[in-house]
Amino acid sequence: MTATTVNTHTDSTAALKKERRRAIAFGVFFLIVAAAILVLFIFNTDSQMVSTLKLNPTTRNKPIHVPDLVLPTQLTLIVLMIITGAIGAYQLGRGFKNAATALGVVFLLFIAAFLVWATRNKAINLLGILSFTVAAATPIAFAGLSGVMCERSGVINIAIEGQMLVGAMIAVLVASVTGSQWFGLGAAIISGAVLGAVLAVLAIRFIVDQIIAGVAINIFGLGITSFISQRYMQPNPELNTGGVFPRIAIPFLSKIPVIGPIFFNQNAIVYILFLTVLVMHFMLWYTQWGLRTQAVGEHPRAADTLGINVFRIRYINVIIGGMIASIGGAYLTIGSVGRFDENITAGKGFIGLAAMIFGQWTPLGTYGASLIFGFSDALQAKLQILGKVQVPIPSEWLLILPYLITIIVLAGVVGRTVPPAADGQPYIKE
Amino acid sequence: MDESSSHSVTPKSKDAKKKSSSWASAMVVPLLAVFTALVIGALLIAFTDPVVLDAWKHFFADPMGALAATWQSIAVAYGALLSGSLGLVEIWKALGVWLHGGGTEALAVAMVPLSESLTASVPFIFAGLAVAVGFQGGLFNIGAEGQLLVGALSAVYVGYSFPGLPIYIHLPMALIAGFIGGAIWGAIPGLLKAYTGGHEVITTIMMNWIIISISAWLLKVGGPMSRGELPITPEVLPSAQIPKFFSTQGNRFHAGFFLALITAFLIFWLLYKSTKGFEIRMLGANFKAAVYSGINVKHLWVFVMALSGALAGMAGTVQALAIDHWVGMGFSGGMGFDSIALALLGRSHPLGVVLAALLFGTLRNGATRMQSVAHIPIDIITIIQALVIVFIAAPEIIRWLYRLRQPEGEEAPIFTTSWGS
Repeated sequence: MTATTVNTHTDSTAALKKERRRAIAFGVFFLIVAAAILVLFIFNTDSQMVSTLKLNPTTRNKPIHVPDLVLPTQLTLIVLMIITGAIGAYQLGRGFKNAATALGVVFLLFIAAFLVWATRNKAINLLGILSFTVAAATPIAFAGLSGVMCERSGVINIAIEGQMLVGAMIAVLVASVTGSQWFGLGAAIISGAVLGAVLAVLAIRFIVDQIIAGVAINIFGLGITSFISQRYMQPNPELNTGGVFPRIAIPFLSKIPVIGPIFFNQNAIVYILFLTVLVMHFMLWYTQWGLRTQAVGEHPRAADTLGINVFRIRYINVIIGGMIASIGGAYLTIGSVGRFDENITAGKGFIGLAAMIFGQWTPLGTYGASLIFGFSDALQAKLQILGKVQVPIPSEWLLILPYLITIIVLAGVVGRTVPPAADGQPYIKE
Repeated sequence: MDESSSHSVTPKSKDAKKKSSSWASAMVVPLLAVFTALVIGALLIAFTDPVVLDAWKHFFADPMGALAATWQSIAVAYGALLSGSLGLVEIWKALGVWLHGGGTEALAVAMVPLSESLTASVPFIFAGLAVAVGFQGGLFNIGAEGQLLVGALSAVYVGYSFPGLPIYIHLPMALIAGFIGGAIWGAIPGLLKAYTGGHEVITTIMMNWIIISISAWLLKVGGPMSRGELPITPEVLPSAQIPKFFSTQGNRFHAGFFLALITAFLIFWLLYKSTKGFEIRMLGANFKAAVYSGINVKHLWVFVMALSGALAGMAGTVQALAIDHWVGMGFSGGMGFDSIALALLGRSHPLGVVLAALLFGTLRNGATRMQSVAHIPIDIITIIQALVIVFIAAPEIIRWLYRLRQPEGEEAPIFTTSWGS
């Protein structure tokens, strides 16, 4: 960051050189991915094989029927490899302006190649995988949006994981007691607001290092949820049966072929996510609050001079950020499995932060990035159905995929995308 | 050594006075932080106890009964914690028996809780040093959890795979394997930070989940490191086990304790008496100054992360080679998070870390008994640790609670560098 902000001549050429080196590294990485498609997948196929991807849901809610996708395995893989290779070559030669998007496309191509290869001479329901992708992306997207909310105002929220954990537990607890998932969700949101307020007070009032404050909240969240789970929920299993939000097929929209069953036959929390993404996008760029938030995140001193209450904006955003994170947590329990287990988040709060960076601190980009993580999640869950012959990779190795992608995203995209300028810096009034 | 000579202009007596007062104030906040966290823990124990809650429902009819029930609940829990971790009363009684001509058997038995606390603090010393070294270099390693698992797996692998070696070859081999395993797992986030700018807080967490998935595969029944029908590694051969000191049933005190103390001293020497340590501390104290002074920041980041990972690896190694003799899933059991709390509590100083580790070892050991006697989930310790971190990081809260005055020139550690480099 320091290297890119200075504008003297020598420094800028050094920065350009660094930029160029990164661009070349990216290009080489893309070519390696293309080579991996060749070695791992194409060499293990022959020209007779066919992959069938079903595009019609097996549920009762039937959209207009579309023919299944029947692909010649080897030819499809070769096409995917050529596209990946071309992206790599272009990156080496000219360089993409938006490297994050290029990286995202390459991830998708690789995962698609993997899918086509795994279904050689078999059929798999692609709709099922994509619909599961949207579901699996939901908690990650909420985590990422929470990050966007906080960091746009200049506060780093590492505490998302802890806020999600507490939200997940409170949601199932309250839903079990009241019998209503909506009450559970409401209680989770309140808990998120409280933990958001704790982070805000520590970071803004006490000027605690934001990462330490966040880690403390994460540890607290892990401790308190495990404590309550053992003290109350294990002796009383009826406290851990919150039920699950039912699927709602949205009229008309869910009848659209392919898109309908994927996006518009989900549960209420997923629809809340869609709304949150759109509302946040609108609010950040078209309202007074959004523009003030960005001013506070980029240059709090200037914002203060113009009469914006920096502290107030930061308090509001961090508290709302906590609420958004806790909805993601609630999804993990009352949105999918209906029960709480210790450490149920499994790092999703941190993956969400990677999605936020990948999405360049925008709500729409963050959601797009979450879908890539969700896709890799869905793949490892669904591919086990195909069995060992089709996918001779232990399922534990596939579990690594989201974490590995997170690291690659951080390694590849950080430094090429620009976080809010005052991100992570406490503001001290003069 | 260079820095002290440059400060020689200042009068010595003034310096010495300042130093002693800062030492005292440096102890006050951590002690009060731990105390306050324990008080909050006590309230949490009492007010999640159905008996206490029931008594408070009749508060207006029987106020003393409510208070007595609260006190009773806390006393049972913390009493179990104390007797399980120190057992001073039992030791006192056994001493009496011994002085009146009785045997030493009772004394040996009474000493078990105390020595178990020392034993439990051994991995904490290593893991705390790991995080502390990172803090000193301005790096926040929250991946000790994964690094100690890698260390333990490597050490145990060496420990069961080479039969027929004498202990003075086999044991060092296993120790070194654990050291290197942890170092590699720590160096990867260091390399990522140095050469790509990936923030270590996220990459180390991801590395944790990656090794958890890999070890699930290694250890599952039929996996490469599983023991037949059991999802755990084979038993470490006696030639690679860290020797125990006492033969009393349940007393597992082992030579690793001294290894931990020696390591703490070496780290102290490295940080405060060597050029490398000076560079590390400068990097942590003032990043820009370190860059302009010509230190190779990238190499140093990788070095610090590798060392940090190696120390965390040793935490797992010593625990596996001395206590368990095998590794299963859930081996690390939250030790990675404990280490953050105790590194902060010990102010990232090796001596402070050792003291904090002794405290946490005592707490953890006592909490095991508290769980079995008073049915308090052991996670109460995790909550207490989170509170300790908050109070250490925000000493203003403690000073406000106890009406303490603000000391001059106190600095809190800063790690937030946003997502770039």
